[in-house]
Amino acid sequence: MPGVGGASEAERTNLDPPMSERFRFNARDFPYWLVAILLALAWMGYLILTNDQYGTAFDRIEPGLTTTIRATITGFGFALVIGLIAGLGRISKNVVVRNLAITYIEFVRGVPILVLISMTAFVIVPQLSDALGFDNSTVDFFWRAAIALALIYGAYLAEVFRAGIESVPTGQSEAGRSLGLSAGQTMRKIVLPQAVRNMTPAIGNDLIAMLKDSSLLSVLGIRELTQENKIYTSATFQYKPGYLVLTFFYLTMTLILSLLLRAYRKYLGLTDA
Amino acid sequence: MPDGYRLQSPPGPEAVIIEGLVKTFDHGKIRAVDGVDLRVPMRNVVALVGPSGSGKSTVLRCINGLEIPSRGSVWVDGRLLTAKSSDLDAIREEVGMVFQQFNLFPHLTALENITLAQRVVRKWPKDKAEETARAQLERVGIPEKAESYPRELSGGQQQRVAIARSLAMSPKLMLFDEPTSALDPEMINEVLEVMLALAEDGMTMVVVTHEMGFARAAASTVVVMDQGRIVEQGPPKQIFDSPREERTRQFFEKVLHH
Repeated sequence: MPGVGGASEAERTNLDPPMSERFRFNARDFPYWLVAILLALAWMGYLILTNDQYGTAFDRIEPGLTTTIRATITGFGFALVIGLIAGLGRISKNVVVRNLAITYIEFVRGVPILVLISMTAFVIVPQLSDALGFDNSTVDFFWRAAIALALIYGAYLAEVFRAGIESVPTGQSEAGRSLGLSAGQTMRKIVLPQAVRNMTPAIGNDLIAMLKDSSLLSVLGIRELTQENKIYTSATFQYKPGYLVLTFFYLTMTLILSLLLRAYRKYLGLTDA
Repeated sequence: MPDGYRLQSPPGPEAVIIEGLVKTFDHGKIRAVDGVDLRVPMRNVVALVGPSGSGKSTVLRCINGLEIPSRGSVWVDGRLLTAKSSDLDAIREEVGMVFQQFNLFPHLTALENITLAQRVVRKWPKDKAEETARAQLERVGIPEKAESYPRELSGGQQQRVAIARSLAMSPKLMLFDEPTSALDPEMINEVLEVMLALAEDGMTMVVVTHEMGFARAAASTVVVMDQGRIVEQGPPKQIFDSPREERTRQFFEKVLHH
């Protein structure tokens, strides 16, 4: 009996390759794509630093950066909450709750994001202000935009949460229930911690997607990066510097997020191409 | 087996009383359990044996309400099991369950696996829960694995942690659903030894198993099931050495001859 555990432990340690092999150059796995993108970013950065036209474009667009980041973080924070609630509703045994959740998810998934953003700002919020009796004008456009992003991505994240929860084997909740934990305790202490681990890559992908989709908020006139670029280029016709700088901003942010996500996937032991 | 309705018996000294249990799946198309009556007296070990698909596991899962009976009644420790969730949680606290696939929580260490229910359900402080948990790990023979995660343990060790996890809730009754079926052959004995020790300590146990040697050694009653019904039941010596039913003989021939 004691020999059994020992043998399998020895096998496990052998799975870790020695340090020298881990850092050996591997021509097949080398991230050439990353070098290409970094070179493109370096070229854009060089233009911004050395060329006045690009420097001006950068200075004119840069003020939108905080709004882009703020809208993304605010929207995503609320989207996570909505997504969790809708995702739990989606797998609820209660027919009414389940159908409410599916209705919301399918509605949002069936309408273009651009349409939903305008609809939230110009229809849903005013209608709510009528129904709930608050003054429509107190909700500024940044908040309308954040609500729109939260509602849209809440529906996308609901499916991520559903899939994440369903990825945890039923034996896990059966074990929890057998120990006397209630359904809610089992969900919080056993299922969700494992589900979130499985979901993190998908949540990260949605965060990157939302960062990019925040550019659509320019239809509301919110002065995020894309709107600042629109204002700048329509006044100066400097399309090439404007769009190149705009691309530089988005690509830098998405690349950082994407690399963080890859590092996390590697940490979880998921394979990555 | 008598068919149809019977008078419901008052709860007796038995740990488990099952009467007229029927469990169907898929809107009645599949009849997993088709009229089972079973009594498990306190401090007894009942081994449920029979071919796969005979309904043994379903009977077991009805005892702690992982499956809700379609018909019939199940009493656990004098309490009638209903679909009401507050009742179920209360009964499950007193009934330990060990699964074929161990079902340890992979995101928690062995110790945390054991203390979770004590802290969440019993609201015990960390120190008290950990003390109990370490004592139970000692009991199943792997006190040194407290800080290990399930993935770092062999199958046999994982199953012993799972047993310790159930024991830590001081259950009045332990259910085992094919506890050694997912184990490599060389690890089966370490788990069976723990179960034998439990039986000797007087734990009431219901065990679904293919380990006939264990059933012979530890069971007070062996129950043979086939096609959702009990074919025959009795002390192991009688069932193994002179079975009355032809189906029992056929089953043992298949199991013991390979």
